[in-house]
Amino acid sequence: MDSYIDIKVRVWRQAGPKAQGHFETYELKHVFQGASFLEMIDILNEQLIAEHKDPVTYDHDCREGICGMCSMYVNGHPHGPDSAITTCQLHMRKFKDGETITVEPWRSRAFPVIKDLMVDRGAYDKIMQAGGFVSVNTGGVPDANAIPIPKPVADEAMDAASCIGCGACAAACKNGSAMLFVAAKVSQLALLPQGKIEAAARAKAMVAKMDELGFGNCTNTGACAAECPKSVSLANIARLNREFLKAKFKD
Amino acid sequence: MAKKEEIIDAAKKTVKKVAVRAAKKAVEAAEAAATAAAEAIKEAQTPVITPKDAKIPEGPLELKWTNYKNHQKLVNPANKRRLDIIVVGTGLAGASAAASLAEMGFNVLNFCIQDSPRRAHSIAAQGGINAAKNYQNDGDSVYRLYYDTIKGGDYRAREANVYRLAEVSNNIIDQCVAQGVPFAREYGGLLDNRSFGGAQVSRTFYAKGQTGQQLLLGAYSALSRQIGKGKVKMYTRYEMLDIVLIADENGEKRARGIIARNLVTGRIERFFAHAVVVGSGGYGNTFFLSTNAMASNGSAAMQMYRHGAYFANPCYAQIHPTCIPKHGDFQSKLTLMSESLRNDGRIWVPKKLEDAKLLQAGKIKGRDIPEEDRDYYLERRYPAFGNLVPRDVASRAAKERCDKGYGVNNTGLAVFLDFSEAIQRLGKDVVAQKYGNLFQMYEKIVDENPYENPMMIFPAIHYTMGGIWVDYELQTSVKGLFCIGEANFSDHGANRLGASALMQGLADGYFVLPYTIQNYLADQIGVPRMSTDLPEFAEAEKAVQDKIDKLMAIQGKRSVDSIHKELGLVMWDFVGMGRTAEGLKEGIKKIDAIKKEFWTNVYIPGEANSLNNELEKALRLADFIEIGRLMAVDALHREESCGGHFREEYQTPEGEALRQDDKFSYVGCWKYMGEDQEPQLIKEPLDYEFTERKTRNYKN
Repeated sequence: MDSYIDIKVRVWRQAGPKAQGHFETYELKHVFQGASFLEMIDILNEQLIAEHKDPVTYDHDCREGICGMCSMYVNGHPHGPDSAITTCQLHMRKFKDGETITVEPWRSRAFPVIKDLMVDRGAYDKIMQAGGFVSVNTGGVPDANAIPIPKPVADEAMDAASCIGCGACAAACKNGSAMLFVAAKVSQLALLPQGKIEAAARAKAMVAKMDELGFGNCTNTGACAAECPKSVSLANIARLNREFLKAKFKD
Repeated sequence: MAKKEEIIDAAKKTVKKVAVRAAKKAVEAAEAAATAAAEAIKEAQTPVITPKDAKIPEGPLELKWTNYKNHQKLVNPANKRRLDIIVVGTGLAGASAAASLAEMGFNVLNFCIQDSPRRAHSIAAQGGINAAKNYQNDGDSVYRLYYDTIKGGDYRAREANVYRLAEVSNNIIDQCVAQGVPFAREYGGLLDNRSFGGAQVSRTFYAKGQTGQQLLLGAYSALSRQIGKGKVKMYTRYEMLDIVLIADENGEKRARGIIARNLVTGRIERFFAHAVVVGSGGYGNTFFLSTNAMASNGSAAMQMYRHGAYFANPCYAQIHPTCIPKHGDFQSKLTLMSESLRNDGRIWVPKKLEDAKLLQAGKIKGRDIPEEDRDYYLERRYPAFGNLVPRDVASRAAKERCDKGYGVNNTGLAVFLDFSEAIQRLGKDVVAQKYGNLFQMYEKIVDENPYENPMMIFPAIHYTMGGIWVDYELQTSVKGLFCIGEANFSDHGANRLGASALMQGLADGYFVLPYTIQNYLADQIGVPRMSTDLPEFAEAEKAVQDKIDKLMAIQGKRSVDSIHKELGLVMWDFVGMGRTAEGLKEGIKKIDAIKKEFWTNVYIPGEANSLNNELEKALRLADFIEIGRLMAVDALHREESCGGHFREEYQTPEGEALRQDDKFSYVGCWKYMGEDQEPQLIKEPLDYEFTERKTRNYKN
């Protein structure tokens, strides 16, 4: 059963992109364990506002694990200690009475801090703009059932497509690599007949953009998949590598 | 003698009393007559929007859209390059519109408040998207989808719009598949469907429980392609704060740009375009607790409203029956459990009050109650549709049971959604495959395993059918200002059917607006790009800056959220699921008091010219207060029950919604008359030409 706990929250505070950051520790009393982690931050912020202090800035929106906006390192893990969830789905019942919880922003070269726990993930959008699409315009497409797709293939594509673009994979990677993110999109589209036509070119363009934006190389440590809130599989990286090699052979 | 005098005295008094009473009655009668006369005059003076004003094309229902497309004006490719269009929002409507317009050759400026266009709240839609493909051979057709939508909306939507929506629904599915959206498929490789509320066919396409995500990512990928090509200039972490209108040579004001705040730097910026399209979503967060995302807001709608765009049917808000119940005052939002769960889940409460009491005290669990003591009240009341009645009906039925004391959690505000029968029938694996991610979501929040014990659910505000009034071309009552998706009022009438929001958002963005906007822009090809140094831009920016300065200067004692929560409670209690004239009047008073409290006692920390979440929230709350009031005013004026709007005075003996077609068969549009002035009512009559209005019946 959920009950009430007293906790300390050690939060990264950084006034701006160029400012020197530091940890600040706040005490919170009587926090209900049924509250979500972000609701706990809300409570903390209400407390700070009441004291006329600057509330903690953090990204959040849907609060149901799908928009990919929330981006916190909680006790050393992206999205916290629970598995297969985002920070907004983390609940205070995962923490003990008297615990000190450390909260940091994503730390990755390609995701600079904007303020406190908020980072700039624009690099992921740029990778998508480089090739994360099928080149079709609106209108003039064939009937949806014109090309049957085997169910296992469609299901596999769906699993890859579950990526929410939160950035946990790059944040978890010791090299700061965005391979899992790129691989998820490349796989989804390479698996489907509609996306196969551009598969090789897409892989090449997206990987080139990833390198250009300062993401690191993949050394197959697997931290990305382990921390992925949507359990996107490492197998996608193998598929990306295949597509990438195919493209290189063609050159 | 004394007696005689007493008698005379008494008689005199009686005469006087009778006379006074008669006089009073005469005065009352005169007053009533005067009121009736005044109302009649008001009625006669109430402006009316005709089908011609709404630009409904001539001809039979099924030919209207074709006729329109055959005769509309087009813009040639060279001229498209010279025209700029602002699209505000990157949800299904905004992203699909921005991408499609850019593909056609227009220059698009696209704005979103999140850090990426992929995060708009359409992403959270779970269950599916409707289309009239009839792939299941179960008798579906464009007409049936049209009819179900009109009926589901309780005959309060425009026939022509709804028919067009049903018509283009099939193109949407084709388009999404071409983009690589991984819809669920059958073993033969063809697309799978499931059923949603308010329909007796299986026409809902889905991608696990993440259909909104996959459709939005499809639109986002199309948008990304255009950003990469430089045809769309994307502005992330920007929030529109006003529309800029500039008069043309005939003195007609046209939307020519926006004022937006860069949420990272706090800087206020000006943007010009030949036309402005707003797809900013609904205003459900007026209630503070809703299934909407935290940043979802109604401010863009209010900015349009204040510039003369009518706000239509604000009182039509959808309360979704299957959400995870509230668990504390600290709660920040409510989480939806997809309607698709009602395909296999059965909704019930205990038959016996004593069982309900034990459940409320936490002494027994749902699974402990034997089959014969369960009241599957939807199946009992609505045998034909059972658990798949439309949302408004299911929500009210849950409220009815809970009001009578049969609620199943500690607050008494929850009912069960039970999968035990489905697990027996299909096996746990099949159930997990269909609904696994929803079950996981439930377990993380409630800390209880829904495979073993029934889920607990309760209604919550989810979607707003009301919104900015648009004509058939999706243009508002302000020239050059268009409104798409949930932000407009157009297609769902008084209640939206499940899986129809995704359909409407994408219909507007991919297949309707890109056509209709050309009919407007064809006359604008000679208009040069205008400088944002024009006085109209400067004035609009100054007004925004003044408002921000005023807010920052209050330095009161209350946080934005504390006031917003107070507003939310008033909305839920007085403008919620069961509304009364008395309650609404009381609600309006309370909202006015909250407005005063907000403008005198809110506290916003930090600086205006930097990243400041509290200031963002305060600006949105200022508008939510106005919307809340407008919802109450509209609900008070609409003396009938229809769809999501339930006035307790107007119900059948069985507790079903009772429409007053003779009086209220119109779109209630509200025109802004100035700060703290009562808005003016404008009516768009809904004269059904093609469909017979019936009492909605989901019983047999």
